[in-house]
Amino acid sequence: MSTQTSFVTPAARLQAYASTADLAVSPPSARKASDRVRQAAASRDLRSEPGPIRFIIIALALSFLTIFVVLPLVVVFASAFSKGINAYFAALAEPEALSAIKLTLLVAAISVSLNLVFGVIAAWAIAKFDFTGKTFLITLIDLPFSVSPVISGLVFVLLFGAQGYWGTWLQANNIHILFAVPGIALATIFVTFPFVARSLIPLMQEQGTQEEEAAISLGASGLQTFFRVTLPNIKWGLLYGVLLCNARAMGEFGAVSVVSGHIRGETNTMPLLVEILYNEYQFVASFAIASLLAMLALITLVVKTVLEQRLDEGQTPEGRSE
Amino acid sequence: MTIEVKNIVKKFGSFAALDNVDLKVGKGELLALLGPSGSGKTTLLRIIAGLDWPDAGEVTIDGEDALGHGASERHVGFVFQHYALFRHMTVFENVAFGLRVQPRAVRKDEATIRARVKELLDLVQLDWLANRYPSQLSGGQRQRIALARALAIEPRILLLDEPFGALDAKVRKELRQWLRSLHSEIHVTSIFVTHDQEEALEVANRVVVMDKGRIEQIGTPGDVYDNPATAFVHGFIGESIVLPVEVAGGSVRLGGRPLNIAADGAASGASKLFVRRHDMQIGPAGTGSLEGAVRHVRSFGPIQRAEIALSGGEGKTVIEIDAPRDRELQAGEIISLQPRRYRIFAVQE
Repeated sequence: MSTQTSFVTPAARLQAYASTADLAVSPPSARKASDRVRQAAASRDLRSEPGPIRFIIIALALSFLTIFVVLPLVVVFASAFSKGINAYFAALAEPEALSAIKLTLLVAAISVSLNLVFGVIAAWAIAKFDFTGKTFLITLIDLPFSVSPVISGLVFVLLFGAQGYWGTWLQANNIHILFAVPGIALATIFVTFPFVARSLIPLMQEQGTQEEEAAISLGASGLQTFFRVTLPNIKWGLLYGVLLCNARAMGEFGAVSVVSGHIRGETNTMPLLVEILYNEYQFVASFAIASLLAMLALITLVVKTVLEQRLDEGQTPEGRSE
Repeated sequence: MTIEVKNIVKKFGSFAALDNVDLKVGKGELLALLGPSGSGKTTLLRIIAGLDWPDAGEVTIDGEDALGHGASERHVGFVFQHYALFRHMTVFENVAFGLRVQPRAVRKDEATIRARVKELLDLVQLDWLANRYPSQLSGGQRQRIALARALAIEPRILLLDEPFGALDAKVRKELRQWLRSLHSEIHVTSIFVTHDQEEALEVANRVVVMDKGRIEQIGTPGDVYDNPATAFVHGFIGESIVLPVEVAGGSVRLGGRPLNIAADGAASGASKLFVRRHDMQIGPAGTGSLEGAVRHVRSFGPIQRAEIALSGGEGKTVIEIDAPRDRELQAGEIISLQPRRYRIFAVQE
């Protein structure tokens, strides 16, 4: 279950990011200045602590990290390679494993690309227009974060299941949503919806609409304005959202588990297969798949750090004081 | 290019930002919209540009209905207070933007675009910044680039929203003169919004004074300064001394005491007497309509500014006057004051 913990972190980080960015109504220059003051104050306070206390604090933090983050990661890779490298690759080459990897990639591709479009549209609407019900919409966007993933899956069972609202009609027309790719994709889209929108809203709100207005007054059409002005301004934030969205889409367990039906070689995604194999005592196979997810998490972390730097750089330019 | 605005009404909720505004702008004019914040001047400018839409009224540019067209079709150059330069583009690309987004049929080839951008950067004297990004420029430079960008599309009219508002005083002064000389060079019909009276009086050919969504007065800078049409204009433009007076049958009274000035046809009733600070004639005690004790004198340049506590009826009224330095005033001295030029406006209920 180590993969689960590593996928919770980006979400928490994103929420923290979004809420700090929400507060950023003050001009960037002022904010930066106050940040610097705060940082300076913080580091001075830290340095004034006596040596032993400093040591204890750092040791505590490090050992906590080791026990809860590093150790599980090590265990994943150690177990995956416990029967040698050949067994590892043999486990990954199993048809069931391959099918799970393929399905995971397919579902991630569908849900990330749709959430990219929906997320940009939602963020655009919220950041650039005023309308009644705006606050409600913002709350609604956060709903998938606050609802248990199992509930998110169950909603789709209630809608599309045989006993659900549209079940009979779907059956009569031979349309398969539940226990098939569409259901898994739907559940994943629901769970991962907030990532793109949430990472764009504060950014777009801060940037305002002036550059768009300037572009339009210079004769640009709506599409030209979006692709030449809006999109370049939000590209790092957008990539950031897509990255986290993708990590969650590939790692989602709860919601997908409810709608998938666990048909072997057909509707099992990687996280589902990890659990099944583990329950069947196929530890090497189970941890081999888990190691892939863990690697995805590590790559995500690295890319995320790079993107965060880009985002910080992107926010400074207009903040220069005269 | 002429602009005509007729009966424009714009409401934000129950707040009337523009209340039946009429305005005609002639070809080649440099017009200032002057007023305090919330007077509707920026809203009017945005409506002409097509960035906002009125609830009622008409806007025509060169006799052609403008409200039927969006901002992108109006061919109007707009300069924003905070520049609104595209932060991810170089200065060169910023200026070239309007040329690059033209429909394919009329778009110029790359060489023509480059030549045109070069020409514009020369015009604003910033050709050496072509490859910089907006974040690397000073405020004054950014605003000149924003102007070059707006001029690139050869706009029919040029609209500037508080163009110098975000700049410091010295740069602002330089840019003001620069804008005026630029206008006499290219002669495009221009409207700029400002809350700074000095800026409006110094730069514009004509000044439109606005308050609470209405136009109070339209006139040349000399006109609005010397012949203010309303109490608001008198109070807003130039420093004025305002005294509450009572007009009754051709005589003017302050706190029950008659003043030795004519009512100039002002209607009877509660009124306000407006006098410019430098229009108060100083004399020895007992020779003018008003009398007061000098409380404080500051001298700088050619004038001395004195705080005078008026004696008589009200007792506590303190006014500030500007007097030439040919007769130095002393604190504590009792002097008389006689308005040389003044206006009386009835108090509106």
